Amino acid sequence: MSAAPDHSPTFSRLSLTDRLSLAAPYLLVPVLVVIGFLAIGAPSSWLTLTVSGLAMGMMIFIMASGLTLVFGLMDVINFGHGAFISLGAFMGVSVLFWLSAWTDAPSLVLNVAAVLLAILAAMVFTGVIGWAFERVIVRPVYGSHLKQILVTVGGLIVLEQAIHVIWGAEEIYLNRPEALRGSITFGASALERYRILAVVVGLAIFVAMRLVLRRTKIGLIVRAGVQNGEMVEALGYRLKLVFIGVFIAGSALAGLGGVMWALYEQVITAGMGENMMILIFIVVIIGGLGSIEGAFIGALLVGLLQNYVAFLEPKVALISNIGLMTAILLWRPQGMMPVVKAK
Amino acid sequence: MSEPILQLDGVVTDIGRYHILKGVTLDVPRGQVTMLLGRNGVGKTTTLRTIMGLWRAKAGRILLEGQDMAPVPVSSRAALGIGFVPEDMGIFSDLTVEENMILATRSGPLDPARRDWLFAAFPPLRTFWRSEAGNLSGGQKQMLSIARAMAEERRLYLIDEPTKGLAPAIVSTMVGALRELKAQGASILMVEQNLSVARALGDRAAVMDDGAVVWAGAMAELSADPALQERLMGLSVEAH
Repeated sequence: MSAAPDHSPTFSRLSLTDRLSLAAPYLLVPVLVVIGFLAIGAPSSWLTLTVSGLAMGMMIFIMASGLTLVFGLMDVINFGHGAFISLGAFMGVSVLFWLSAWTDAPSLVLNVAAVLLAILAAMVFTGVIGWAFERVIVRPVYGSHLKQILVTVGGLIVLEQAIHVIWGAEEIYLNRPEALRGSITFGASALERYRILAVVVGLAIFVAMRLVLRRTKIGLIVRAGVQNGEMVEALGYRLKLVFIGVFIAGSALAGLGGVMWALYEQVITAGMGENMMILIFIVVIIGGLGSIEGAFIGALLVGLLQNYVAFLEPKVALISNIGLMTAILLWRPQGMMPVVKAK
Repeated sequence: MSEPILQLDGVVTDIGRYHILKGVTLDVPRGQVTMLLGRNGVGKTTTLRTIMGLWRAKAGRILLEGQDMAPVPVSSRAALGIGFVPEDMGIFSDLTVEENMILATRSGPLDPARRDWLFAAFPPLRTFWRSEAGNLSGGQKQMLSIARAMAEERRLYLIDEPTKGLAPAIVSTMVGALRELKAQGASILMVEQNLSVARALGDRAAVMDDGAVVWAGAMAELSADPALQERLMGLSVEAH
């Protein structure tokens, strides 16, 4: 018998249709921005709405990114995710109140330090709660979606009630730190400072997650685990530990999103995370299960569309995101860039 | 003969309601290739998966160099030095060939000398190093699956039907690479349906039927006795 030939790879040039199909998800955001510009007409209003939409999208992405990883890697539908958003917001706001001398000081350094400490506290707190949630509530129901929905909704209710017990049932209002109030004028547009910060933080989280998932061994293990967990174990990696790590990271990201959302809305309630869950699930589903890139694009689409439509036709804004989800699922039933196929 | 590297003693495995392994007893000698033969559905793949811990043995003992594997989880079995090539190849299709190999090296980066040896054994891996593994052909995926098990020196290799469905030229490449591995003194337990391959590589043979090992001995003895083959497996080496 002769040895196998040394194949040389040959690649045919993709047709324009194929290339457009591959690039289509990435093109949706710029296309929507252009459509928004044409529909709104006034450049200053368009710029303000676009920055607002991007900021909202980035915050939704931060909250959704953890859920899509947990969904993709662990096949767990975690309705309790919303509670981590609320818990992160309450913990972060508590730290900001505690550091009110810093947040009220006319010092950018002290203001940013207070926000960073609030974020750190929120992420550690929700990470720890996430660890306990995985061990006590999620672990017994791996593999059963129906039980996961029932049990994690139960966990959500318990955690929300715990917030009522600890922080009270009333909504809590807050002011942003001094340096994050007000707007920057750009031409005839007023761009809120905090929204610009939210865009920067969201981008940083996206880049960091991509780097971790694409350039590190733990990222490789997570990506491989999404495809074939059994083989990852057979190669010597403790997938359960990876599961727990991803769950903790997802919970901590929800906590971060909670702080960012609290500073955006300037009011927090125990149910704020639960209220966000519909948008977050829309983002995870249209992005494609397990896909960070898909969740990022999906979140930006949701944020931009909501802002444009609310300006153009406020009544339609209520159904715009459901309409977006319907349109994308009709186009790509598995979502834009699924890592795992929906069962 | 030195102590076997792997010993199975009365291993019983159920999958759901089905009794698959009904008391497998088998010794895998150190530094030799043991071929696990038998008709379809007699429990060969289940035996490998049970050794790997992917199915839990309900009864019996599995000893790796005298260590009882019962309490050892799958990941730790791999860490103990068992390299596993599953029947479905277990390729991570969204990862590149390089990334698949990186995952297979637990002790650090892939040794350049070992990588070059694997490139020589499986030339397509060099060609498609940065390509997604999902784009490889069936034979190339099988090469990657075996190369992944060979990315580091292992105490024992469990290889499930490495030549299944492959063209003769690719089978030849596989046999060449596995011969090199064997020449390095590797201990291998391999499931194989292709008796020509079994004869080319095997030192020992164990034939399974109905969830148990019904014959074990030298591969040469089995090869030389068509009547024995006929009786054990219903076919003959000479027919291949």
